[in-house]
Amino acid sequence: MKIVVCIKHVPDVQSERRLEEGRLVRGEDDVLNELDENAVEAAVALVEELGGEVIALCMGPEDAEDGVRRALQMGADSGVVVSDDALVGADVPTTARTLAAAVSKIGGADSGPGDVDLVITGMASLDAMTSMLPGALAAALHVPALTLAGSLEVSADEATITRSTGTVREVLSAPLPALVSVTDQANEPRYPNFAAMRAARKKPVDVWDLGDLGLDAVAEAGIAVVDFTERPAREAGVIRTDAGEAGRELAAWLVENNLV
Amino acid sequence: MPENMLNAPIVVLVDRTPEGIPTAGALALVSVARALTSAEVVALAPGGLEPSASAVLAAAGAARVLVADLDGREAVAAVAADAVVAAVRSVRPAVALVGSDYRGKEIAGRAAVLLGSACASDVGDLEVVGSELRASKLVLSGTWSTTMTVSAQSDHTPVISVHPSAVEPASPAAGEAEIPVEPLDVPLSAEAAAVKVVSREVSDAAAGPDLAEAQRVVVMGRGTDGDLGLVHSLADPLDAAIGATRVACDEGWIERSAQVGQTGVSIAPSLYIGLGVSGAVHHTSGIQGAGTIVAVCDDSEAPIFEMADYGVVGDVAEVVPQLVEELARLRG
Ligand SMILES: Cc1cc2nc3c(=O)[nH]c(=O)nc-3n(C[C@H](O)[C@H](O)[C@H](O)COP(=O)(O)OP(=O)(O)OC[C@H]3O[C@@H](n4cnc5c(N)ncnc54)[C@H](O)[C@@H]3O)c2cc1C
Repeated sequence: MKIVVCIKHVPDVQSERRLEEGRLVRGEDDVLNELDENAVEAAVALVEELGGEVIALCMGPEDAEDGVRRALQMGADSGVVVSDDALVGADVPTTARTLAAAVSKIGGADSGPGDVDLVITGMASLDAMTSMLPGALAAALHVPALTLAGSLEVSADEATITRSTGTVREVLSAPLPALVSVTDQANEPRYPNFAAMRAARKKPVDVWDLGDLGLDAVAEAGIAVVDFTERPAREAGVIRTDAGEAGRELAAWLVENNLV
Repeated sequence: MPENMLNAPIVVLVDRTPEGIPTAGALALVSVARALTSAEVVALAPGGLEPSASAVLAAAGAARVLVADLDGREAVAAVAADAVVAAVRSVRPAVALVGSDYRGKEIAGRAAVLLGSACASDVGDLEVVGSELRASKLVLSGTWSTTMTVSAQSDHTPVISVHPSAVEPASPAAGEAEIPVEPLDVPLSAEAAAVKVVSREVSDAAAGPDLAEAQRVVVMGRGTDGDLGLVHSLADPLDAAIGATRVACDEGWIERSAQVGQTGVSIAPSLYIGLGVSGAVHHTSGIQGAGTIVAVCDDSEAPIFEMADYGVVGDVAEVVPQLVEELARLRG
């Protein structure tokens, strides 16, 4: 089984994230997108079960290679970073088309997945948090999408997921090749040990630009950020330590402030 | 042409309830579209609607309804996205609007790739300035807000997912009560058709106010130790929806659909009350839209107290029953 796992290197959600000139400031405190750890875990576990290889694929600035290295430590066999100045600030469709071209190249095809059986992604990236990329990438590759998997089973020719979104619980399946996005419920990502970290240093990572993918300059997105402002942080208000009356005091406060 | 309006049609994807009527969110979306254009608002209902629904859509401002027979498969996002693509090709609207839940966002992303156009998600506010559409949204866990211009051109129709809860529903248009319901031919792509729905259940956890739209939410955290009775004793008299932290869902105390936060629902109630919630960033990123935040937690160092408007450091098992009793007394 040949599995491509798509990952993103993003500013740590625990860090001071901010925008400059309408763009997210990157490169200060970036980590492998936490939700992509579940994708890497799913891919590595499947190859442990079924045999094959995992290729970690990331589009981003060159230091996104750090995110790929993390995936290699978690058990991916090789990595690809797609990096090109023309891709700075790329929107979802552009990202999807670029990643699709990279998957095609990995699969040995001009378009479509070639010999790649499965593409796995996380459910969302914690920077833009759109969760639109998995479906968009499946569209660009013309493969079925099984998104937001809470659990995943894969046989030689079919993938089956269970998921629950809102109040709907469903089981979906699709023939391979297919794309699956996994939620943070799907598994418990492994923590690489020292041996795994050392082994990862020897694994190959390719860096490709748009030319390597046979893509021209990126099309106009049609969407441009024109205004961005930091919202005032929420401030702490009244804090009471319960000395036996806190429930009553809170009730009075809620009523006084017309909140109930 | 009225000012600050587009003069090209808008297509709105209409989600429906299990009974086949448009959801409140879908109707709000039609109202949003109505306020943006002087031309037609076209409702797209993949899979069809109850016959009575066209009058409801007309009252919200739709001029016609497109229905597509998708063999009961419209629940698959790619199938619904193919319907959006077909509707856009047939109507040539300035913009297509969908709801901003996970399904809506998947539909928007897929449709935009297939149309060669742009998409935006989680938009809270839309307005027309000159001949341009302006979309605003919160980003970075609600800590920043951004506004973008969207070139609304019918040769590259953008697909935008909008949070209907952020929008004041327009007063019903005094239009036709009966609007035409027309069939739409949707050529299904092979990859959309290949997704098989093996089973599908809708849980009745939907009873009570909807979390995403509720005005009051009581959240069950680890500190409630699974005591749903305690949570209900506060939520029910306040007519509040019940939310939960991931821990409470992982423990199986409550349905996953109740999870609030980064990988759950984002909420924007006027009142949030967290019971035994510590306030991890993964959780609080989903409550930035709350008007007032109240927390009861026994750990005075818990990060939730850094953002609470009113915090009680105490044991939920003691504070909540007293709170409930006193509220009942004060409210008569
Ligand atoms: C990728 C990722 C995504 C995540 N997404 C989400 C998400 O969407 N939503 C979410 O909620 N979490 C999410 N989490 C988990 C999150 O990091 C926290 O673990 C979780 O929010 C903690 O839930 P809690 O506050 O109920 O539990 P805890 O952090 O354990 O807090 C419980 C609090 O209750 C207090 N307490 C205990 N007993 C009592 C009592 N009797 N009375 C009063 N207080 C008491 C404790 O002192 C403590 O402060 C995510 C984590 C990851 C890694």
